[in-house]
Amino acid sequence: MKEIILAYQGEMTLKGLNRSKFEARLAKSIRYRLENLGKFKVSSSQSTVYIQPLEEDLDMEEAARRVSKVFGIVKLSRAACCDKDFDTICQTAEAYLGQTLRGIRTFKVEAKRADKQYPMKSPDICRELGAFLLSKHPHLRVNVHEPELEIMVEIREHGAYIHGPKTPGAGGLPVGTSGRALNLLSGGIDSPVAAWCMARRGLALHHIHFASPPYTSPRAKLKVRALARELSEYTGNCTLFVVPYTKPQEYIRDNAPDVLFTVLMRRSMLRIAAMVARKCELEALITGESLAQVASQTMAALVCTDAAQSLPVLRPCIGMDKNEIVALSRRIGTFETSIEPYEDCCTIFTPPHPKTRPSLDEIEAAEAGMPGLAELEQAAAENVERIPIHIGDDPEF
Amino acid sequence: MRLDAQLHYLDNAATTMVDPEVADAIDGAIRGVWANPSSLYGPAIEAHETLAAARSKVAKAIGCRPREITFTAGGSEGNNIAILGAVAPRRSWGNKIVVSGFEHPSAQLPIRNLGQQGFEVVEINPGPDGRLDVDRMAAAVDRSTVLVCCMAVNNETGARQDIARLAAAVKARNSRTAVHVDAVQAWLRVPLCLKNVDSLSVSGHKIHAPKGIGALYLREGYHILPPFLGGGQENGIRPGTENLPYAVGLGVAAERGAKAMKASSAHAAVLNARLRAGLAQIPGVTINSPDDGVPEVLNFSQHAVKSQTMLNYLSDRQIYVSSGSACDRGEPSHTLAAMGCDPKTIDTALRVSFCADNTEEDVDALLAALRQGLAELQHI
Repeated sequence: MKEIILAYQGEMTLKGLNRSKFEARLAKSIRYRLENLGKFKVSSSQSTVYIQPLEEDLDMEEAARRVSKVFGIVKLSRAACCDKDFDTICQTAEAYLGQTLRGIRTFKVEAKRADKQYPMKSPDICRELGAFLLSKHPHLRVNVHEPELEIMVEIREHGAYIHGPKTPGAGGLPVGTSGRALNLLSGGIDSPVAAWCMARRGLALHHIHFASPPYTSPRAKLKVRALARELSEYTGNCTLFVVPYTKPQEYIRDNAPDVLFTVLMRRSMLRIAAMVARKCELEALITGESLAQVASQTMAALVCTDAAQSLPVLRPCIGMDKNEIVALSRRIGTFETSIEPYEDCCTIFTPPHPKTRPSLDEIEAAEAGMPGLAELEQAAAENVERIPIHIGDDPEF
Repeated sequence: MRLDAQLHYLDNAATTMVDPEVADAIDGAIRGVWANPSSLYGPAIEAHETLAAARSKVAKAIGCRPREITFTAGGSEGNNIAILGAVAPRRSWGNKIVVSGFEHPSAQLPIRNLGQQGFEVVEINPGPDGRLDVDRMAAAVDRSTVLVCCMAVNNETGARQDIARLAAAVKARNSRTAVHVDAVQAWLRVPLCLKNVDSLSVSGHKIHAPKGIGALYLREGYHILPPFLGGGQENGIRPGTENLPYAVGLGVAAERGAKAMKASSAHAAVLNARLRAGLAQIPGVTINSPDDGVPEVLNFSQHAVKSQTMLNYLSDRQIYVSSGSACDRGEPSHTLAAMGCDPKTIDTALRVSFCADNTEEDVDALLAALRQGLAELQHI
């Protein structure tokens, strides 16, 4: 039996004249994700993407799993396709869904007729197909309000589709339709969630990580690489930039007031990230900051951090509770890696009692006392290591 | 056996390099003895005989009869089989388990899990010197105690426990109580006493055999219900076609280790003394290992630089030590916590563990790098 995947576009259907650009991007993402599974035809019509296998025995289960992680799709279903002849439709429905029907008690048939020339009207299709399936499965009852399975029959120009159950897609907008940004990936729980949230809004992104050996372990870097790989199913291929940050970090520790250390370090990191972003023509920075979660994320501290450089800083977790961030982290599959116990550079040299309400004046005064910092930051940005991240790389570390 | 004089591998309690003679024996067995030892034809008989010879060697090095040895995949599997297997058939008459507070996770976690399933678990913590009060542990044994479990040598501090006295005291209080000993760090470092011990686990990769092979001693006549079921190999205790080449390797490593034990202990004692003398010159360093622990392991805290940082620093200089147990993967040491050490002692602890291949140069390189690191790195 020939099977296809139907992927339903989400909010991009609300777009106006530029909608075709979103659709083209979505189709490109889907094609890329399915490339090494075999030959598929990907086409869009009426807010739906049709993913049709062009070879026998392709792994449709895996194809559906991959498509469910492509942003821009709100729901997807697999469907059997057949000729529009009504007898064939009945036989196909039984062959495709018979097993599922044996395991449930209530169902309902819905029909949609895109081909208005079709001799039967939608209510007739529902009634006739429902009666046929009831005759095959006498234990079933029709429940039009809360059926355990809703069987959708679509009559389109080039054939009929009988859908299985719908499953949720990743939602959002196709990656790459909203610009390009650089995500600060520390290795904790929040920053992968931030990356995921922004990629869902259509941003194409790369990651930047700050390593301070020997205070941070080589394993911390492998952990961050694993996180970037785990995210790549959603974000697509990208680059992980690793900044050698020991020298600037030690310099700040040795030359600045202890209580301001964290905010000064955040500013320094953002400046380096901005240098890397500009070089790669990325338009914004992303952080996993959540308001008041720690001392460097209070409103006063964020004011100071924001003033460090001029690229916009996107903070999708800013209004989320930790519980929500953790739940999202579990959902996208990065939680288990995030909690591996390798120290990252955000937690070293931290003072026991950091200032929670630093003023920009005192921060700028402290930076004026560190004339060598700019040069060290420049050197760090120039010596950044680039690690290519490909979808499908093994995230194990 | 060492490949590079510049490489200072001082983490032999985590794992050891494979002895080339062991590797050769394994290579010979992999290529030459390929048949299934349970089959009935000629080459299988040879395989069976080879396995039996390996078992004899391991038994000899443990001090028991060959039929009391079950080959396992390592220490963790041995501990799990012994613990779960001991508890299952004794459930009908008892529900209490007494265990030391510093067991390896492969003993600690199965027992805690049994605690969640309704067993009363009593954990006895060691004193500040890392040693267990045997009388206190034995006193916890009563009529309903099904199992007592204790490590012979602690993997993080090298502290020896008086297993002979403990086992005798346990049996005196309740002769039906099973006694399991985790001897992974003790085997071929200290003489093992099997009197009153019902089961004892050892591992190959701590004695210059590869990872993936170990052995479990089960006293003849002692009954356990094996947690895995299968084809009945290894008397049904550890089913699955035997890992013959690695068993051969374990036999060779055991034989060689037993022969070299005295000399290697004496060598480790020299290195241990040298390291202790060197550390005494560094201000702020305290020793967490007891004076009479095994000389192969020395645990100390420098109270200045975080363990992970110092470890990374030493690693850049090809000096490899650990911050506790490799099995804890960087988590703070539960052994030092059980000993009642303060957080700073735990956060700055390092474990050095020797084998016969280590030299005084290794110790000197470590001491020099440690001094340098303490001068260069940020103190906490």
